[in-house]
Amino acid sequence: MSFNNVLKHFDNFDFDKYLNSVSDSDILKSMQKSKLNHYDLLNLLSDKAIKYLESIAEKANKLTHQYFGRAIQLYAPIYIANYCQNVCLYCGFNARNKINRAKLNLEEIEKEAVNLKSTGIEHVLLLTGEDYKKSGFEYIRNAVQILKKHFHSVSIEIYPMEAEEYSELKNEGVDGLTIYQEVYDKEIYKKVHIAGKKQNYQYRLDTPERGAIAGIRTINIGALFGLGNVISEAFFTALHAKYLSDKYLNTEFSVSFPRINTKGTDFSIISNVEDKKFIQMIIVMRLFLPKIGITVSTRESSKLRDKIIHLGATKLSAGSSTAVGGYTHLNESEKQFDITDTRSVDEISKMLKSNNFQPIFKDWEQI
Amino acid sequence: MDTFTLGNKTFKSRLLTGTGKFGDKSLIPKMLESSRSEIITVALRRVNINNPEENILNFIPKEITLLPNTSGARTAEEAVKLARIARAAGCGDFIKIEIINDMKYLMPDNEETIKATKILAAEDFIVLPYINPDVIAAKKLEDAGAAAVMPLGSPIGSHQGLQTRHLIEILIENSNVPIIVDAGIGKPSHAADAMEMGADAVLVNSAIACSEDPVLMGQAFCKAVEAGRECFIAGAKEKSKFAEASSPLTGFIFE
Repeated sequence: MSFNNVLKHFDNFDFDKYLNSVSDSDILKSMQKSKLNHYDLLNLLSDKAIKYLESIAEKANKLTHQYFGRAIQLYAPIYIANYCQNVCLYCGFNARNKINRAKLNLEEIEKEAVNLKSTGIEHVLLLTGEDYKKSGFEYIRNAVQILKKHFHSVSIEIYPMEAEEYSELKNEGVDGLTIYQEVYDKEIYKKVHIAGKKQNYQYRLDTPERGAIAGIRTINIGALFGLGNVISEAFFTALHAKYLSDKYLNTEFSVSFPRINTKGTDFSIISNVEDKKFIQMIIVMRLFLPKIGITVSTRESSKLRDKIIHLGATKLSAGSSTAVGGYTHLNESEKQFDITDTRSVDEISKMLKSNNFQPIFKDWEQI
Repeated sequence: MDTFTLGNKTFKSRLLTGTGKFGDKSLIPKMLESSRSEIITVALRRVNINNPEENILNFIPKEITLLPNTSGARTAEEAVKLARIARAAGCGDFIKIEIINDMKYLMPDNEETIKATKILAAEDFIVLPYINPDVIAAKKLEDAGAAAVMPLGSPIGSHQGLQTRHLIEILIENSNVPIIVDAGIGKPSHAADAMEMGADAVLVNSAIACSEDPVLMGQAFCKAVEAGRECFIAGAKEKSKFAEASSPLTGFIFE
């Protein structure tokens, strides 16, 4: 059994037809429920539901407080290499792009870690491009060993691996895995991933399961918004999260809704996601899965992130750099994408406190 | 005076509180004052000793008993490690064992909890295990050396009150260690209810921390717990008076 079996149920589902048939009373009924089924999910994601945004938001706010309290976890990414074997048309790191490529050596990784740690960050997300050779397993393992010395929690966002490899990294101290499907629409997936191992849709789709089988504690999934139809992509992200949470009770799952940033490419966004749609996806996700973590990165603006903490978000990145060597400016590469919220960790922390939220720097103990 | 004892310490207040979910940590000492709580639980995984400004321990007055918990542990082994780290970090000998291997419903794993209790009690920790209210598990925990047993009233954070009422009643009737109802208590009336039933104490975290005014809510819970306890004592005295009365119905047997 794979999530693909769930996806197959919707192969012939006419989203437009269904969404056009959604009535106000359908939406109101779905809003009242404490357990939403997939029709409720679609009803609330529909464009028609936008006019009920405030009521949905109120419920999302209440549920988030109930299960997560007035607390927001903070983390930062650390890019150690940007070599990539894939050609993803929307990404600045893609193999055919002529950019400065960089790979930090272990000493440089340590310096980055020290600099990032000095900002107060305790949870780090290690990133590389997807290059199985240049950023091979041993390199990742060595990097994890270094980061573990400095941070209380180390997550990875790298190329998909086998369960055995995840298990080895878990034993080295990796407790989180981020893996985005990018786009659930198989046709679009094929069109935008034109070379490299990432062309294998099914292998990527099953990656979070391999991570869960390996015993990684927290797994973050998501689609890159701007590629596929926003409603069906949000719908499949939610169903994927539910499928995983139901199947792997001992793993904590979270979701992200990254909106595309096409820096360094000539890619034109297939399906634009407006702010109100973005907010709608987050609050509807909270109603659908009240206990799921929701991560919002510095891709989003400070203005929006200041509001999103009241709408379901549970985790924010802070003081981020998306360039290799970005915290020390050693061997610095171009950025993967431009961050929009450029505030420091301290500024984000102050913003949270002024909104009566507790910034959580540390939420795990290396054991 | 009505007191209750955990390990080597005696307490006047039967309300245990928690540090999680507070928007503003500086409210914690004020809440402790208004609620008169003498024991507060803190998740070791959130204790950040390197950062004094953020370190939750710095917000807890010295006279309060710390009850570090093993939140985040998914196995007995992890809980034991966390407990030892807590003690080494100066959090004292009290430990609330919380082993949750189910992120969907957040239900505790009784079997792993019994294992961890055995190990930690043998190391002279004062062990307070958080469990699904199963009387067999509670008895095993007692044998393993638990200082109290903490059954859930309803799933964590659900605020549904005493959904497990009948199971908790069985625990209360049969336990030789204090029963502290933990999780699910969403409002003061739930806490009073648990105390009226004869629970020795209750632990309340999110219902206080997530309220609009945690200081006032702490005070409300203080009153509810006291009222529930007084009701129980008053009721219990009624019962014993009844038992001591002459036996008009069966007395003839002994004549």
